[in-house]
Amino acid sequence: MAATRAAGFTRPRAELLVLPGLLMIVALFLYPLVSLVGISVYEKGDWTLRHYQRLIDVPAYVRVLQRTLIMGAATAFLCLLLGYPLAYRIATTSGRARAALIAGILVPFWTSLLVRTYGWMVMLNPQGILNKALISTGLLDSPLILINNTTGVLIGMTQIMLPYMVLPIVAVMVRLDPALMRAARILGAGPVRAFLRIYLPLTLPGIMAGVLLVFTISLGFFVIPALLGGTRDILLAQLVEVNINSTLNWGLAAALSTLLVVTTLLLYAIAHRYFRVSALWGDIR
Amino acid sequence: MKRERDWSESVLNVFVGLVLVFLALPTLAVIPMSFNSAELLVFPPPGYSTRWFATFFQRSEWYGAAINSLIVALLTTAVATIVGTAASMALARSRFRLKGAVAVVFLLPMMVPAIVTGVALYRSYAVWGLAGTIPGLVLAHTIVALPFVVINVSAVLNRMDWRMEQAALSLGASHLQAFLRVTLPIIKPGVMAGALFAFLTSFDEVVVALFMTGVDTVTLPVQMWAGIRFEINPVVAAVSVMLVGLSVFVFTVYALLRRSQP
Repeated sequence: MAATRAAGFTRPRAELLVLPGLLMIVALFLYPLVSLVGISVYEKGDWTLRHYQRLIDVPAYVRVLQRTLIMGAATAFLCLLLGYPLAYRIATTSGRARAALIAGILVPFWTSLLVRTYGWMVMLNPQGILNKALISTGLLDSPLILINNTTGVLIGMTQIMLPYMVLPIVAVMVRLDPALMRAARILGAGPVRAFLRIYLPLTLPGIMAGVLLVFTISLGFFVIPALLGGTRDILLAQLVEVNINSTLNWGLAAALSTLLVVTTLLLYAIAHRYFRVSALWGDIR
Repeated sequence: MKRERDWSESVLNVFVGLVLVFLALPTLAVIPMSFNSAELLVFPPPGYSTRWFATFFQRSEWYGAAINSLIVALLTTAVATIVGTAASMALARSRFRLKGAVAVVFLLPMMVPAIVTGVALYRSYAVWGLAGTIPGLVLAHTIVALPFVVINVSAVLNRMDWRMEQAALSLGASHLQAFLRVTLPIIKPGVMAGALFAFLTSFDEVVVALFMTGVDTVTLPVQMWAGIRFEINPVVAAVSVMLVGLSVFVFTVYALLRRSQP
């Protein structure tokens, strides 16, 4: 009895277990998403590209798209600058120190986005901690304007996105054979040359993944530019919100959303070639 | 060469230390502000008090929002963990056509920017009468949380030795028994980690909630958003400190779970 069961009936349609989740995502997520894409190209019984045309024709919209791309690239650059040395330290340390470094990245990663953004408002405003400290030590005469402008957005985005840069780079660095660097040094390369010719190229897949991830996720950011940015230099996600809550232009909001989703998914697909993106949310050890 | 190396190591360590300070700064900054006795964001605070914590527990728009968030997050965690674990089991142990595509579909809600998810869901859920309701927000958050459950549970399932379950089955256990008594205990750390992610994702989620909540269903992040964007409300600092405490607690649990994984 047990034998026949084990032989003939080990896997009773296990794949059916995928259905509840799949149906939920299709009905409650993909359908709304596709219908949003729909209203960007279909209006009053007719197909149209006029919303997309406006994104190209209206200079104000073009500037928002440009600014969004530039801010994404700048955030990725700053994260790489701060993140690469940190990743190297994590990859070359072990034991308690390494655990502490990882906690130093993951605790902020797990802290509410709003809390961190509010923290920057407290830190950076003209009467804030940073300006008060700089003025009282005599380093400054008048407060630096670090908030409600591009600087504030960049500081906030870099802090939020840094873990997305560090974790893929660490994943690549820990797999490198340290003997390679020793070999380069023995063969006469100086430390700079060994780094530039051996270490940097070998960690390039991690850098690519990190840069792509940070750039991609930054394109859709809403909370940080809304709270730390100025009212004049808004980004794509804020333009979507304005078109829905203020000007009620659903067609344009849908076109912007479609543009954002298509770009985001394409970039994720490219990043995935360098790094298993899903590992960021729970499979890192 | 030894000396040159020590020198560059110190520079690196100082730089890394500064980066870690940069990471921790905004979280640490909220602590002195929460004990501020003044109405404004001034530093240093003119005096210290716990009045903003007291205000939180006295004002229904604040503690009510926290209760809404807790209800939504707990329901989201329950649904997402059960549905996500079931899906991960299916993805891990069966081969069917389009399996790769189905796995990608389960990751999509994590990749689509929150602003787009918020707008798209708001539009459809409004037609279905779900916008502005607790069930509507739970469904929306369940969708957003599902990928985190699937990733964490799949990570454990991929390392699992399926012969354990086969042994249970061949010894006469039913499939349900084998799952509950053998498989589930083995994958429990992954399920728990997924549940933690689901809870925090929902509890901290603001962008989708901004679109999906109504006057009676405001969640804590939405209330904080209003307290930051339209006024400078010091209660936000008190709430922030409590949320940081929650994050540290959840991270500790997560770290312990990871240690207990096979």
